[in-house]
Amino acid sequence: MSRSKRIPLSYFPGCSMATTAKENNRSLIEFCEQIGYDLIEVPDWNCCGSSSAHSVDAELAQDLAARNLTLAPRGRPLLAACPNCMLRLRGAQRHLAEDPDAQQRCEARWGRPVDPNLKLIHFFDLLAGADMKGLNKTSPGLKGLKFVPYYGCMLARPPAMRHEPNHHGLMEKILSDLGAEPRRWGYGARCCGTFLSVVRPDVVGAMVDAIFRNAAAAGADCLVTACAMCHMNLEVRSTLQNRIPVLHFSEALALAVGEGNGKDWFSRHLVDPRPMLRSARLIG
Amino acid sequence: MNKRNQKNNRDAQPVAIIAAGNGDMGFIREVKERSGTDLSACFHCRCCAGGCPFVEAMDYSPHGIIRLAQLGMREEVLKSATIWTCVGCHTCSIACPMAIDMAAVMDALRGIAIESDAAIAEPDVLDFHREVLRSIERYGRTHKLEIMMRYKVKTRDWFTDMDVGLRMLAKRKLDLMPSKVRNTKDLKRMFRKNAEGGIP
Repeated sequence: MSRSKRIPLSYFPGCSMATTAKENNRSLIEFCEQIGYDLIEVPDWNCCGSSSAHSVDAELAQDLAARNLTLAPRGRPLLAACPNCMLRLRGAQRHLAEDPDAQQRCEARWGRPVDPNLKLIHFFDLLAGADMKGLNKTSPGLKGLKFVPYYGCMLARPPAMRHEPNHHGLMEKILSDLGAEPRRWGYGARCCGTFLSVVRPDVVGAMVDAIFRNAAAAGADCLVTACAMCHMNLEVRSTLQNRIPVLHFSEALALAVGEGNGKDWFSRHLVDPRPMLRSARLIG
Repeated sequence: MNKRNQKNNRDAQPVAIIAAGNGDMGFIREVKERSGTDLSACFHCRCCAGGCPFVEAMDYSPHGIIRLAQLGMREEVLKSATIWTCVGCHTCSIACPMAIDMAAVMDALRGIAIESDAAIAEPDVLDFHREVLRSIERYGRTHKLEIMMRYKVKTRDWFTDMDVGLRMLAKRKLDLMPSKVRNTKDLKRMFRKNAEGGIP
């Protein structure tokens, strides 16, 4: 992880991280920089289709995701941190690999070749092999932070992807290697509600409140989530007066390597995490 | 069964009757072709319903939809609220012993419902999806503030979430201007599929 051996990665931020969750995006880029990866944004990327395209128009969903695959430069892995974007990109890549006609149509449409060997890596894949204990010796770490990991639906996958690596427990492992203390709870894999948050706020509000109540009951100071949409739905939909803050996983990581102080990330949270971070002596 | 139970059974009104006489037996094949998933594999263990975070907001449970499809009850399936309430979180898929891709099935059912002009049980969900796609059509990316404003206009519900919107604006969570794709020709190519503007 020395500064001299830097690894460039193509990077797909996705709409949420590029806009509503800029703090997620910035902290991710800075953390990656710290551990030796330079993220280079895919030029002129478009929305992966989100939860909506595949819900009503399968062909459009495939086109939206596949265009991004044609834009990624050859020979460099493509990193995404948004679980939904990653799922859409992987789904499109699988479809192209299984159907040579679709691959041909895609290349003819965009006038660009698609690299069939383009390596799609989620942020978790990147961390799974990283040595955080080594990093902990040289960094401020996260000592004093009691958290519950919130994965939402990101560890659940369609059956066709059952045999791909799954990173159950990764946030607990990485963050405890960095000195934080995971608390055990039962709500880490509850779906955040995605678009039902807009259409059925009554349903999602009750569920999100249960998530917060259980997180607090588990003795956590905060939730840590790896999905920008989960983060927004948790923050926006809770009706509780007193609730603990929600950190992006990338923010916790950036804090651990000493990149959190003086950043304007935390002022963008609906529940301000700064008092909690100060009392845990993680920011000044 | 003893006599007493027999009598009770005779007197009791049935709770629900599914009249399955005139089933459309081609329906399950149609769903299989579109979703790549064979619904006849389902033996109704209810694992999907047990784990579904939104089953209480549905009219039929996920396996209930499969049962209706197995019985060829096309119309009941297509006009159900369940197919619009499912968010495709895959929680059911990881529990399913038969590896049924429920999210793909629901995608297929929504597609069929739109194409066959079925009554949409949750029109607000479809309106929301359409606004998201219109935003992508315009900018190549989603512009959340505009999506929300247009969704409010469409559903004529002005006051729900006004406070949420203001708090998000105050926290710089809603950008006033959209983030855009520069190559607008590419976008036109994706959305210029049908005469009504490309969005189903």
